[in-house]
Amino acid sequence: MLVKQLSVFMENRPGRLFNLTNTLGKEGIDFITLSIADTKDFGIVRFIARDNEKAYKILKNAGFTVGITELIGVEVSDRPNALAEVVALMDEEKINIEYLYSFVLTSQNTAKILMRIEDTDRAIKLLQEKGIKLLSEKIL
Amino acid sequence: MKGKLKDYIYRPEYECMTRSEMENLQSERLRKTVEYVYRNCAPYRAKMDEFKLKPSDIKSVQDLYKLPFTVKHDLRAAYPFGFYSAPKSEIVEVHASSGTTGKLTVVGYTQNDIDVWAEIAARSLAMAGVTKDSLVHVAYGYGLFTGGLGAHYGAQKIGASTVPASAGNTIRQLTLLRDFGATHLCCTPSYAIFLGTEIQKAGMDIKDFSLIGGAFGAEPWTYQMREELERLLNIDALDIYGLSEISGPGVSMECMQKSGSHVQEDHFIPEIIDPETLEPLPFGSEGELVFTTITKTGQPLIRYRTRDLCTITNEKCACGRTTVKMSKVKGRSDDMLIIRGVNVFPSQVEAAIMNVAGVSPHYMIYVDRINNLDVMEIDIELAGNLSPDRVSDIETIRKKVETEVNSYIGLSARIKLCESGSIRRSEGKAVRVIDRRE
Repeated sequence: MLVKQLSVFMENRPGRLFNLTNTLGKEGIDFITLSIADTKDFGIVRFIARDNEKAYKILKNAGFTVGITELIGVEVSDRPNALAEVVALMDEEKINIEYLYSFVLTSQNTAKILMRIEDTDRAIKLLQEKGIKLLSEKIL
Repeated sequence: MKGKLKDYIYRPEYECMTRSEMENLQSERLRKTVEYVYRNCAPYRAKMDEFKLKPSDIKSVQDLYKLPFTVKHDLRAAYPFGFYSAPKSEIVEVHASSGTTGKLTVVGYTQNDIDVWAEIAARSLAMAGVTKDSLVHVAYGYGLFTGGLGAHYGAQKIGASTVPASAGNTIRQLTLLRDFGATHLCCTPSYAIFLGTEIQKAGMDIKDFSLIGGAFGAEPWTYQMREELERLLNIDALDIYGLSEISGPGVSMECMQKSGSHVQEDHFIPEIIDPETLEPLPFGSEGELVFTTITKTGQPLIRYRTRDLCTITNEKCACGRTTVKMSKVKGRSDDMLIIRGVNVFPSQVEAAIMNVAGVSPHYMIYVDRINNLDVMEIDIELAGNLSPDRVSDIETIRKKVETEVNSYIGLSARIKLCESGSIRRSEGKAVRVIDRRE
């Protein structure tokens, strides 16, 4: 029911992102998503790879501080206000979204929304009740 | 494997003497040494004449305080061989340590001194359970630095198989340790931790190693670092202390009680002094460690100020040895940083850092002066096994380090979290402080 994502701690200085992407790229790892949360000194690179487990092993062996996080993923149609409607559901139930990002697959006319939520179980129950399509890793 | 180590007392007739037996022996050897240096070492004769002291004024250890101190500067001023008491023809080995400034400090050893060194190193390794059946891997540097040869002499005296791997080439070190089935490792604690963290990266498994213990020294380290080292290598890790001026590693060594290091008092008389007033302090007081060598002949030293800060206790030790114990070295009186008027030791910073989960023991302290104000930054690596997803989690770790450092040293420092492996590892003594103040 949940989507696995890798998170990597990275110092905020030149060359670090190249180091990460190159380490994975030369091993043939394909990214599906990638986003960065940054602060003055450091950033956290969050991504989903086509082969998460292999990517995790490569990074661990190369000495990166990397972890696996489980996110809630939902699929909505690619139209205005679709994201707002999902967020509104969370709002009504006072469920806190810690972070969220989304992407669109043009071939499918749908948008995928990935969220880290404090109370995952409650959020899943709510989304299911409202008939929202949840993603699993395979669907990605 | 941790807990497998069987320690034993190598030389009970000296290590388990009663206090009065020890003092008698020390007094006799001190009298001989004072007379010997007065006769044979020009700088000592000049010093004692200046203090209007004759060798006959020193009758027992109770008179030790009357003698003048020796400092590193004295040795440098006599560079290279001016502090020898023995004729040059009797010197069989020369070691030297480099300071951060100026000349090398040279120490000449006679065959007698090498024998003394092998003896104390053997006693030390016995505390770590080294026997003739052990395989001792020495990853200290071999050379002018005394670490490598000291551990080597001790292991050979016991009759253990000794692997003189020396420092450097981590993958080869790990391969040798695993394939030869080393039971004991001797190197600096920071390098041992580094080796521990590299095992997994090298595609190896600690289960394939036969290590049970080791003697780690040449730099101050904390009890928290010991936990990390013992966990990574799955061994019992003991602190060995020495300095080339007195003798290499083995001047003191921790027994399996892991609560202080036994000083080889029949060879070196320890004192603790106040580094400001130079007055001797009673047992249990913290101050600067001072040694007088009483069995060496090449370059004996009288009341040599080590600059290392620690305490000495004469409490009974459960291991059965009766020699006094010194605490872990808290810092060096010349390592001490004065930041905004506050005395700061790198070891305090380390102790603070190790109280926080989520960071590694690898750190670097930078001190700058910005707009006439001292500013301290501590760069520290995030632990490799952390799952770093939320910015707030990382910020929490950073704030925790900040709070701990502040409560340990009473100063605020800027804390920067770094990637695992990004702080330079040293293969010899770890460099922990970079002071960029002009």
